[in-house]
Amino acid sequence: MDLGPHAAFIWGSYGAFVVIVGLLIGWILFDGWRQASALAEADRRGLRRRSAKEGGA
Amino acid sequence: MKPMQTLTQRLANPTRFMEISRTILPWVAGGAVLFIGYAMYLVFFVSPPDYQQGETVKIMYIHVPSAWLAMMGYSIVAVSSFGLLVFRHPLADVSAKAAAPIGAAFTLCALITGSLWGKPMWGTYWVWDARLTSVLILFFLYLGLIALRSSLEDEALAGKLTAVLALVGVAILPVIKFSVDWWNTLHQPSTGFTSTVDPSMRTPLLLSAVGFTLLFIALHLKGMQNEILRRRVKAMRLAQVEHGDQLFSVRAE
Repeated sequence: MDLGPHAAFIWGSYGAFVVIVGLLIGWILFDGWRQASALAEADRRGLRRRSAKEGGA
Repeated sequence: MKPMQTLTQRLANPTRFMEISRTILPWVAGGAVLFIGYAMYLVFFVSPPDYQQGETVKIMYIHVPSAWLAMMGYSIVAVSSFGLLVFRHPLADVSAKAAAPIGAAFTLCALITGSLWGKPMWGTYWVWDARLTSVLILFFLYLGLIALRSSLEDEALAGKLTAVLALVGVAILPVIKFSVDWWNTLHQPSTGFTSTVDPSMRTPLLLSAVGFTLLFIALHLKGMQNEILRRRVKAMRLAQVEHGDQLFSVRAE
């Protein structure tokens, strides 16, 4: 694919975009996994929220 | 007869929000992949070079959606902040907190891709014109919101103070939007997409904008889910600590 004399700027833009958005997606997915693990661990240890006793969410 | 509930009232329950968002998240994320994939196919294999800019116009297909999402992200933060301060909606703070880093990331994308587009077209990576400077201020506003929230341990207070700052900062949105009309800027004026852009470029641009908007929504939903889980874990740990304190005080008596 020939992107002309400014190819470096085009690939640089798309590269920076992919890195930033990729890191954002990775961070959010990793954070989701971390919170789900923490919740599962808390459940396993029998921890309950105060609202859980009252049937709340 | 059961009273009518608005959508926001129905979503006010975090458990119900988790159920609904888990159902729609895969569809939104799938839609984002399809739209972005097709848009990128058109960008790199179908869309022609611009008669003035040549192939450099390809940067437009990620720069314009990034700039649009930078402003949309801040609008979500501002509306959520308003919802927290005025209506005390339980999910408003969760929404504002989740949207800030996503908006900041797309603002950074807009700044970097704009800079890399500016060098071959304008001969410079950066000028302190009104459009570029106001978007840079938006990026710093996002960083300020994230930093302010992180600096306070009391989450309720952090949420309220961050919401106030977000509402003060909303003044930057019309400045960004109209900066190219109010001042002489190196940045081009707003483009009338329905009239001035050829369909061979307009179609991939619109598909790209829709795709990245769906990606933003998917990330926002996932970020809100993460925050709800984090608050649940924190509430469980707090309840355990309080329970431990009660046992300790009973034993001490």
